[in-house]
Amino acid sequence: MLRYTLKRLAVGVLTLAALATITFFLMKIIPGSPFGGELAQLSPEVREMLYAQYNLDKSIPEQFFIYIRNAITGDFGESMTRKGTAVATIISRCLPATMKLGFAAFVTAIVVGVLLGVIAAFTKQRWVENLVMFFATIGVSVPSFLYAIMLMIVFGVVLGWLPIIGLKTPLHYIMPAFSLALYPISMITRLVRSSMKEVMKQDYIVLAKSKGTPTGRIILGHALKNCLIPVVTYAGPLLAFLITGSFVIENLFSIPGIGSEFVNSVTNRDYTMIMALTILFGSFIIVVNILTDMLVAFIDPRVKLDKKSA
Amino acid sequence: MSLLEIKNLTTSFSTEQGSVQAVRGISLAVDQGEIVGIVGESGSGKSQSMYSVMGLLSENGRVEEGSILFDGKEISPKYFDGNEKAYEKYMESIRGNTLSMIFQDPMSFLNPVLTIEKQLVEPLKNHRKIPAAELHQRAVELLTQVGIPSPEERLKQYPHQLSGGMRQRVIIAIALACTPKMIIADEPTTALDVTIQAKIIELIKELKEKTGSGVILITHDLGVVASACSRIYIMYGGKIVETGLADEIFYSPQHPYTQGLLACVNNPESDNELQPIPGSPPDLISPPAGCPFVDRCSQAMKICKQYMPREKRLSETHGVSCWLTEKGGI
Amino acid sequence: MEQIQNIEGLQLTPDLFEPLSEAEKNSEFIAAAPRTYLSDAWHRFKENKLALCGLVFLLIMVVMAIVVPMLSPYSYEQMDYGAINLLPCTEHPMGTDKFGRDIFVRVMYGARISLLIGFSSAFICLVIGVVYGGFSGYIGGKVDMVLMRIVDILYAIPNLLIVILIMLVFGSNVGSIMIGICLTSWIGMARLVRAQVMSLKEQEFALAAYVLGASTPRILFKHLIINCMGSIIVNVTLLVPSAIFTEAFLSFVGIGISAPAASWGTLANEARTLIESSNPIQIIWPILAICLTMLSLNFIGDGVSDAFDPKKK
Repeated sequence: MLRYTLKRLAVGVLTLAALATITFFLMKIIPGSPFGGELAQLSPEVREMLYAQYNLDKSIPEQFFIYIRNAITGDFGESMTRKGTAVATIISRCLPATMKLGFAAFVTAIVVGVLLGVIAAFTKQRWVENLVMFFATIGVSVPSFLYAIMLMIVFGVVLGWLPIIGLKTPLHYIMPAFSLALYPISMITRLVRSSMKEVMKQDYIVLAKSKGTPTGRIILGHALKNCLIPVVTYAGPLLAFLITGSFVIENLFSIPGIGSEFVNSVTNRDYTMIMALTILFGSFIIVVNILTDMLVAFIDPRVKLDKKSA
Repeated sequence: MSLLEIKNLTTSFSTEQGSVQAVRGISLAVDQGEIVGIVGESGSGKSQSMYSVMGLLSENGRVEEGSILFDGKEISPKYFDGNEKAYEKYMESIRGNTLSMIFQDPMSFLNPVLTIEKQLVEPLKNHRKIPAAELHQRAVELLTQVGIPSPEERLKQYPHQLSGGMRQRVIIAIALACTPKMIIADEPTTALDVTIQAKIIELIKELKEKTGSGVILITHDLGVVASACSRIYIMYGGKIVETGLADEIFYSPQHPYTQGLLACVNNPESDNELQPIPGSPPDLISPPAGCPFVDRCSQAMKICKQYMPREKRLSETHGVSCWLTEKGGI
Repeated sequence: MEQIQNIEGLQLTPDLFEPLSEAEKNSEFIAAAPRTYLSDAWHRFKENKLALCGLVFLLIMVVMAIVVPMLSPYSYEQMDYGAINLLPCTEHPMGTDKFGRDIFVRVMYGARISLLIGFSSAFICLVIGVVYGGFSGYIGGKVDMVLMRIVDILYAIPNLLIVILIMLVFGSNVGSIMIGICLTSWIGMARLVRAQVMSLKEQEFALAAYVLGASTPRILFKHLIINCMGSIIVNVTLLVPSAIFTEAFLSFVGIGISAPAASWGTLANEARTLIESSNPIQIIWPILAICLTMLSLNFIGDGVSDAFDPKKK
């Protein structure tokens, strides 16, 4: 187990290195510069100073090696659009809000999704199943910015129950978290229902019945564990996606989060921010993938970790 | 009184194409301490009739008619006055307890994510009040009883870590956990290698001797029943076409289908070539009015097409449903 | 034994015991007319009313998206300051926006862009994913390992970064949105096909084809890919809506299709500013269009995955 984890982490670090290299050179081919319009107004000396400060006067491979050398020591440089502020400072300021919101949405999605999925799979009332599945289908058919706008209009503007801007109190989390969670809730509901129905048709459920085990215990003891496998595979990437923030939701609810920071840094060609955030997001994805694989192996003994690993 | 007595059992499945009449009014009886074989090809209704007894039909299946008397109590769902809950509750109390089933496919009938021990002790947990410490002891005994070496280690393992024969033994051990009065074995050897088949049949015979249970052995393989069963029912197209003691079936088969089945078995004592039965089983959505075997029968007569043959008793134990038996009387 | 039916009162006469001729038997009975895999799936798809409705709606949408901008007297960018923010009327079935542009034409024009992006990027992903995943899974070994590590790295790059980078390099147009979407979403398809091919190639029919001397591409495409067609098609029905979502999201944020061209995302964004103003009904149309189209696509997707489920025969 430990050997496996170390191996996966080593591969992860290699992947990150490749990721950083690709992103670095990709980013350099974008036309334009982080200093945009202000560059023209600067005197040649100031411009040179600015370029020297960010090593932009050197050749691109040279810039890359300097960047990597610094990054390994944990120095991700200064933001290019907000001069004098370290990238690390910006990230540590924005990340907590986004992560808290992401976790709230994640937990909501898993709990509500699994619950609704199980209800839809086992209810004897045909209309309950149809109703749940109808909403679950609408849920995957509506873009999240629409939920957000609709929630804002109904609960924020018309009813005035919930605050619209920022993340000051727990109450502030409700609308943005739900806007983020509605799509995954619907996905998980559909996933759990169909995999539950599939599992209940399996031969080993018949064998469990033939032992005289009551239905309730068959669902909890035999079926749930099997039907969680696809849910876990879906939930892993979902977590990585949610904790890296959503530009639209953060924008609409005026939340100073990492998601809007990322989109802004790309459109402003803030090279250092792009690099730092890509490496951060990349490592989230890699770590979450390792955790997902380990969790799947924990649930399903047929999955052999060591054999599958790279 | 017999341990299990089935009368006129009819089971159907609703499908997109229509209602499939899988079992069409069969009657049979099994006594304590005897092994009875039900033989037929796939789709003859032999497994579904036993699933009807166990109350394990899939959602679209339904027992339409008939009585199932087990251990002196009527357990056909319709005798519970449409009270599904009461039926389920009663069946839960006997399934795995006094009435248990051994399944066909050792690959798919064990839950892949639970340990052998967990699956093995489940019937005991359901029906016997046994302290946790003793449960483990019982599990070890059960595995030893079905001939699995180093049971302590096996109990901790998962199904995929065991071989097919081993898994089949585990399935048998699960069925035996509460020493049932009646065991229904649904093709327990079909998925296994020939060498292991014989061992499994020996095991079932041995266990019957020890516990005195009644056993129904469902199979499509006459070789299997020859070595184990005292009485045999031959099923075709959802009906029982011939019944008798093993000797009667093997040495004087009356129904052309039974004769055909025997011609398919390789008999080392004769030089006859194997004779396949041409054609395929009847469509049970709109079953034929007459004998289900008529279209494949080499001796078919006009009457066979129109009228269902009645059962003719040739001896106390030997019965056959075929118009040929009446031919001489005309 | 069984209850005896049709028996009482039956007169047994010798002619009843005449042999039955072979012609009177129907021995080779076939339970159902043989159907090919695809027509069988189509048959089951037709049974699903919701999926059929979705298909009809989508077809209507496609036809309207092609025909309406061609036939309408208005163009998507033609402004008319004499008729701004009109409510729906006979000349403008969905009203006009703040520049006096006809919303109906703009929504249909948006449908062109959204559907074009949805279907073509799904198709491109299908081709790339099937070829890449197919070869990776079939060849296996070192080649597979290298190909899969490349996929892992691409997977770790945030999708948004790739899409935005492409858009910045190639400009904000339909083509670059498509490239961006394809670069990120073929990965799922490739992984799916690889996994399926890896398990299928172990089966006997693949070995049989190999023994018979079939070439590698032939085994791969004629035998293996055909056998995982069901899950590939189901995956495609998921790719189309997700591509439309991505485009709508980019345009909504303001980095997708730029004005005066219109997609459903830009329309929703333009109309967003109007929520509290004079004519909130304007936002309804693009939202309605996108939601109904997505709903149809999802119903079709459900129908297709049911139709291809081998256990639902």
